[in-house]
Amino acid sequence: MTKKQLEMKHPYERFLRKERMPHIWCEGCGNGIILNCFARALDELDIDLNNVVVVSGIGCIGRISGYVNADSFHTTHGRPIAFATGAKLAKPELKVVVISGDGDLFAIGGNHFIHAARRNVDIKVICANNFVYGMTGGQYGPTTPLEAWTTTTPYGNIEQAFNLVHLAAASGAVYVARWTALHVRRLTESIKKALQKEGFSFVEVISQCPEIYGRHNKMKTAISMMKWFKEASEVRNFSDPAKADISPSRIIVGEFVDVEKPSYGRLLREMKAKLQTE
Amino acid sequence: METKNKAMLSGQHFMNGDVACAEGAIAVGCRFFAGYPITPATEIAERMARRLPQVSGVYIQMEDELASIAAVLGASNAGTKAMTATSGPGFSLMMENIGLAVMTETPCVIVDIMRGGPSTGQPTMPGQQDVMQARWGSHGDYEIIALTPSSVQEMFDLTIEAFNLSETYRVPTFLLADEIIGHMWERVNIPSAKSIKVVNRKKPVTPPSEYGPFKPDEDLVPPMACFGEGYRFHATGLTHDEYGRPKTDSAEVQQDLVQRLCEKIRRNSDKIVKVDRVLLEDAEVAVVAYGIASRAALSAVRKARAQGIKAGLLRLVTVWPFPDKQVEEVAQKVKALVVPEMNYGQIVREVRRVAKETPVIFLSKLGEEPHKPLEILDALGEFRK
Repeated sequence: MTKKQLEMKHPYERFLRKERMPHIWCEGCGNGIILNCFARALDELDIDLNNVVVVSGIGCIGRISGYVNADSFHTTHGRPIAFATGAKLAKPELKVVVISGDGDLFAIGGNHFIHAARRNVDIKVICANNFVYGMTGGQYGPTTPLEAWTTTTPYGNIEQAFNLVHLAAASGAVYVARWTALHVRRLTESIKKALQKEGFSFVEVISQCPEIYGRHNKMKTAISMMKWFKEASEVRNFSDPAKADISPSRIIVGEFVDVEKPSYGRLLREMKAKLQTE
Repeated sequence: METKNKAMLSGQHFMNGDVACAEGAIAVGCRFFAGYPITPATEIAERMARRLPQVSGVYIQMEDELASIAAVLGASNAGTKAMTATSGPGFSLMMENIGLAVMTETPCVIVDIMRGGPSTGQPTMPGQQDVMQARWGSHGDYEIIALTPSSVQEMFDLTIEAFNLSETYRVPTFLLADEIIGHMWERVNIPSAKSIKVVNRKKPVTPPSEYGPFKPDEDLVPPMACFGEGYRFHATGLTHDEYGRPKTDSAEVQQDLVQRLCEKIRRNSDKIVKVDRVLLEDAEVAVVAYGIASRAALSAVRKARAQGIKAGLLRLVTVWPFPDKQVEEVAQKVKALVVPEMNYGQIVREVRRVAKETPVIFLSKLGEEPHKPLEILDALGEFRK
């Protein structure tokens, strides 16, 4: 690279806390793609960063809150959605976005996910689903596919995996989408939609973890994992999320739910306004 | 009671302790409550559910106590005074995020209406069994503040005080009451709005570019920016430097941070600690008590005086930070201390630590009934001349 190229500013630099770089993520990790798509979505919507709050839990992607140049909170394991619920209700003008992993949001934090979706709290949840607990070195979690090898499934995984888009839809989310880290354009569009939508919106990103997951499951590099995404992905917008289980041969992606329903915050405001006039 | 859309119900009322606690919170500006029903604290949630929407606040019933305390931290960081209320089992569930509140210096008030434990224990019976849990329940080294009301009036007054201390020191502050104080009905005087002292967290005076969310002032407390104020701060439960940057491998940062989190309370303990001294001037024996047990103790001390026993009472309004100086001062003057508690020996350990050579008689009480004045009087009777 020339000196001039090195000095060039990254177009999304303003979205990052540069002093936090380098990040902690491994080479080939999908988290950088998710951060990039999130920054692009904020940029394209021209959202005032002073009104954005990024909340994350524990895990590799949990560090994202420290990298985004907005108000941000790195909570305890499993609790970002409950924290975000409090922040959003206390200050409704904020755009509150939870970005966290599959283990954080659906194992230890699963209860908060379904209840926030049921209440239709106006928060946005982006889940980096890499099928594994990466930060602790590769244990199986609630999205690990059957038969996968992890450090705690040394004889192959015998637990069924959650189908996250089905869970989100059944719990009441008003917007549900799934993409892989390969679908950057469509992922960005879905994040944009989620950010503009009133109510509980959920975007699942199937994300490669070559270092901790892929290399133990016959996909040694990021490229080989993304090849899997490419070959197995099938775009089926507004298909039945109940039938969108992920298998080695098929990853159904697309938008699954996009409906209108008054958010918890709206109903709360209406209730309070009614009390004031009574 | 007519409450319609009023933040302050100034005047005289007859109410129970849980309701008085809720009214104290509203009076000091609490506008967010997240909780989960649990005996004997439920009436606080019920009162907040009715009252907060009247004053433009938010009541939300979360899916559990883990979520309740997390939502409280979210609301507080968004700039709203926030609280939750629970009892033993829920208190146990909150412990991890109480640590997060300590680490991120998030002001919040946690009310624990103590019942009999361990585990599900005796939900409708009083206890004082969570005082050590309040102090040490979350992992790691830290300091918190805990107040122990002994009347319905104090449920109101000390809830206000708890918020003020929490906002001043950016530390989770506990109101440790018990089933009797929570459910008992007494007269409460609610003063005018003007006469209530309201403390709000100090705000940064530096521009966002220079702001360090954990950069303390001389009092060791950092000014607090909130979400949406343009400071774009980051907070984490990881060990962090003054700018909120995770420093997970620096011994120096860990040392400085943990030390400051403890010292901001310890060094200010003279300003925080409150005790009530009754008939101590010439006392030869003193009862050290708090909460429900202090009511029987007061009665016992008066009865003892009537019998010519020079007894006094040191009532602890603050149990954490522990009133070392105040207890020591009494211990040095008397022949013995008597400590009645509705547990199997918790605060008495602190009293013994401070009392040194002075004998300490412990009166344990578990189960349905609080101490009877006569039981405490019996212990004082040994000091009859």
